[in-house]
Amino acid sequence: MNGSPTVLVHARGLRKEYGSGEGLVRALDGVDLDVSRGEAVAVMGPSGCGKSTLLHLIGGLDRPDAGELTVAGQRVDEFSERALACLRRDEIGFVFQAFHLMDELTAQENVELPALLAGCSPGEARSRATVLLEEVDLADRARHLPSMLSGGQRQRVAIARALANDPEIVLADEPTGNLDSAAAFDVLRLLEGLHAKGLTLVIVTHDERIATTADRLISMRDGAFVDETQLTGGSRGQLGTFADWERLTLDRRRPS
Amino acid sequence: MQQEVVLAMLAKEPSHGYELRARLGRALGPVAEGISEGQMYVTLTRLEKGGFVARCDAPAERSDRKVYCLTPTGQERVTEWMSDVTWPRPDLAEFHMKLIAAAQSALADPISIIDAQRRDLLRRLREVGRAVMEEQKDSDAALLLEGVVLRLQADLRWLQACESVWTKRRTRK
Repeated sequence: MNGSPTVLVHARGLRKEYGSGEGLVRALDGVDLDVSRGEAVAVMGPSGCGKSTLLHLIGGLDRPDAGELTVAGQRVDEFSERALACLRRDEIGFVFQAFHLMDELTAQENVELPALLAGCSPGEARSRATVLLEEVDLADRARHLPSMLSGGQRQRVAIARALANDPEIVLADEPTGNLDSAAAFDVLRLLEGLHAKGLTLVIVTHDERIATTADRLISMRDGAFVDETQLTGGSRGQLGTFADWERLTLDRRRPS
Repeated sequence: MQQEVVLAMLAKEPSHGYELRARLGRALGPVAEGISEGQMYVTLTRLEKGGFVARCDAPAERSDRKVYCLTPTGQERVTEWMSDVTWPRPDLAEFHMKLIAAAQSALADPISIIDAQRRDLLRRLREVGRAVMEEQKDSDAALLLEGVVLRLQADLRWLQACESVWTKRRTRK
């Protein structure tokens, strides 16, 4: 795995602008970020804060205007289109808000596709897809077209697809944004399970509940990081404060 | 939560402190962790003094345990409590005043206070969120924890509003 570097994503002074002159928008304004192998990082912020732009740069969907970006040991900020396509195919798994499945392919075929594009034999691709669909608990829906699946099921297919080429890192852009709370919960549980098995994750979301499943939470505003919260290794055992017995027994409205 | 919770559990059947604590544990899941058996006994003693519960005969096999039952006054209190619509609320006013006082006295930066509070709430949310996933789906404890999650999310949204307003005030100066 490329010499297994501990830092999978290393960004310094990342900048990205859209438009020009009066209409210039600085979507990212000098962002530094390190993501370690096996870490889950959530990025939160209001819409337009630059969080999706950041994800697109890390995933090689777009290139920075300035700054340095290393992904899985490779300096990608100066990559050609062709090299970026290889990076996306081999090292990155994407999960989008709107699933982006191929409507005319079955769940199984959708999951097979990335492996086939990467040059796997049809047999290999098929057996890998079968395992992945089992992992997302959709083995019994393998022959269904996306239109026959619920939103939550489609997103689980998309997650299986993201894992097809055993990526170094999975990037998720509002993975539960189009789902009701029960389906969101299933997707959340799935991502959490994958992370527990060692998958590196960067999740962009505006949902605090999703964000707090990560190890670290970064808050963004106006193209920059404004706060960071380390969520792991903190204090535990605060649940009891939600049923405060002291308050219960000292409450003035108690029978006395 | 009130002492009425204990009274209400006794409305099902006469019981002793140990069993009541166990029932509370099943209903609240990890939220009950901070409640000790000792506290349950203290509460029962107070309720007895207040005339809301009374000792009744223990079943022969466990005569060493004090078994309590509801008195008619206790019964009445439980009925009142169940029809009461008071909704427990977190004290937002105190935090709100903290921000105003910090800004007026220049003793602290309201934005840093908000940031610190947000980090704390996020860590709590993480803990509760994980606890929900560990509980059986649709169990009593999961349902309660779901409520705690939603509350924390509402609090975090209010902090967002605080941050946006206080940031504007700061830049205006």
